[in-house]
Amino acid sequence: MATKRFEGTDRYVATDDLRIAVNASITLERPLLIKGEPGTGKTQLAYEVADALKAPLITWHVKSTTKAQQGLYEYDAVTRLRDSQLGDERVKDVKNYIKQGKLWEAFDMDHRPVLLIDEIDKADIEFPNDLLLELDRMEFFVYETGETIKARIRPIVMITSNNEKELPDAFLRRCFFHYIKFPERDTMQKIIDVHYPGIKQKLVSEALNVFYQIRDVPGLKKKPSTSELLDWLKLLLNEDIPPEALKEKDPTKLIPPLHGALLKNEQDVHLFERLAFLARRESRN
Amino acid sequence: MFFQFFDELRSAKVPVTLKEYLALMDALSKDVIDMKIDEFYYLSRTALVKDERNLDKFDRVFGHVFKGLEGLDASLLAQIPEEWLKALTEKFLSEEEKKMIEKMGGWDKLMETLKQRLEEQKKRHEKGNRMIGTGGTSPYGANGYNPEGVRIGQDKSRHGKAVKVWDKREYKNLDDQVELGTRNIKVALRRLRKWAREGAEVELDLDGTIKDTATKGYLDLRLIPERHNTVKVLLFFDIGGSMDAHIKLCEELFSAARTEFKHMEFFYFHNCLYESVWKDNRRRHNEKTPTWDVLHKFPHDYKVIFVGDATMSPYEITYPGGSVEHWNEEAGAIWLDRVSSIYEHCVWLNPVAEKHWDYTPSIGLLSQLMNGRMFPLTLGGLDAAMRELNR
Repeated sequence: MATKRFEGTDRYVATDDLRIAVNASITLERPLLIKGEPGTGKTQLAYEVADALKAPLITWHVKSTTKAQQGLYEYDAVTRLRDSQLGDERVKDVKNYIKQGKLWEAFDMDHRPVLLIDEIDKADIEFPNDLLLELDRMEFFVYETGETIKARIRPIVMITSNNEKELPDAFLRRCFFHYIKFPERDTMQKIIDVHYPGIKQKLVSEALNVFYQIRDVPGLKKKPSTSELLDWLKLLLNEDIPPEALKEKDPTKLIPPLHGALLKNEQDVHLFERLAFLARRESRN
Repeated sequence: MFFQFFDELRSAKVPVTLKEYLALMDALSKDVIDMKIDEFYYLSRTALVKDERNLDKFDRVFGHVFKGLEGLDASLLAQIPEEWLKALTEKFLSEEEKKMIEKMGGWDKLMETLKQRLEEQKKRHEKGNRMIGTGGTSPYGANGYNPEGVRIGQDKSRHGKAVKVWDKREYKNLDDQVELGTRNIKVALRRLRKWAREGAEVELDLDGTIKDTATKGYLDLRLIPERHNTVKVLLFFDIGGSMDAHIKLCEELFSAARTEFKHMEFFYFHNCLYESVWKDNRRRHNEKTPTWDVLHKFPHDYKVIFVGDATMSPYEITYPGGSVEHWNEEAGAIWLDRVSSIYEHCVWLNPVAEKHWDYTPSIGLLSQLMNGRMFPLTLGGLDAAMRELNR
């Protein structure tokens, strides 16, 4: 069977290292763990891989209350209890009360699906440990019915993490790992071209200047990310702001227009204003 | 062939296991990549490194082990059109300069040495006096000042790839000895979480309900309290004097700790713990809390964290009256001893870099008083401290 390869899509710029990591995990049928700054397209990657490979996508968004068991199956005891009190016929078969989880759903597919386990670090510390065997062997046991569920085709598993918790070593050993680093200017240019084809290059170049300038400000509480840059560009386009406005020399307009899309914290705005003020004063002298 | 690589990774403390090594071999045998060194770098990185803090170490080891491999095609590119250079020299060099070349052993000798050095040299080189590069005084290279110089041209692509991906070491600041922001501190502090069910019963206990219903024969709803982080922390901050240099780090630690722990109390002290502490630094001389009150008020299951640079005169710790600010009846050492005997879990976080500890006797002294539980205020140190507190 010729394995399909991921080469990026027309909406998503995949760098060489990312492409190789994805292909390695597809070929070797191991989960791919993706980390990186917020807004660098970790979750988006799974959507694009599914799209490029024409595979169905199953997403499992993890919250702080999510238990590993919920991904496998849940036994709906409360409904069964109620049914038994009402004398419903369904109560005799336990299978009626087993609800499939996302993992089961993925194991049951006819085509090879992409399973996204999003923000795995949000869950309890034990969460990844509870999924070790299931992700390794791609099978699990249902106690209530006594059957073993085994994946027909091993799904492509992508896991994202925001680094809020450390993941256990045993879990990491079973994954491939990729850290999406913040795109350099060239890559960023490509990303913008992909999202806004035909955008005025002058505007982009000025906007990128401002953007990387803001990112370089030391001591920012939250640095703006790719997705924030894209939002900001969209706003600039909507408001039809000319490129010249971005390199405003007027000292009363220190901060770039529509900065709310980039700086999300009032302390950061103050800090930036102060630094911009100092920089302008120096350049005048 | 790759075993040396694996071995060096392990000795560089990158946690790789046999399983990951085998996965890499598997990937190579299944032709995931074309046989190019760059792609091999990416593949081995994705297979062997599982934590961005180790990426920098990995880059260094990779650069070391596979040094020279990328030179295979670079040597082809580095063949210099000899005649062209010769013609150029004859055109521009004065008679004196030509004589100087003779002094070096003649043109052929010069070219031979050049080739030899090109082979030796794998990296872009600047401002040296031997290797080929720009701006140096070596006879080989561009923009040099040596009258015997041969200009090779500033186009660095002549030597093939000038800087390799792994030599850029882009992940340098992700090493866990360096960066420490509020968020990172929070992550480290989370190690201390201790979940317990306490307080009002608001959550449905499904298992309990089923069990009770089964035994009693009617629907009996059971409720349990929600889970909370119940760890209790007592923080003592050294403030003023030599601590001013570390104020940003301490602020970050403080704000992270504040959001992370529900039960957190903090007090300030100066240099060493004595008979009183205070909560508001502006009114430190008026509103003091006797340390005895603190020790009596907070039960022994509190975890105590001292934050301070522990840099002072040893007398401030060991002698009564040693304090620089006031007359203390009892020595600081006695007070620290009291704290560590009451509170079982107790650590000292020191913002001074660990490698400088040996130069300050008072740091060693305090570390001894804390039974060696002094940790540097880095991500790694914080992590170790939290493990210690969690024991």
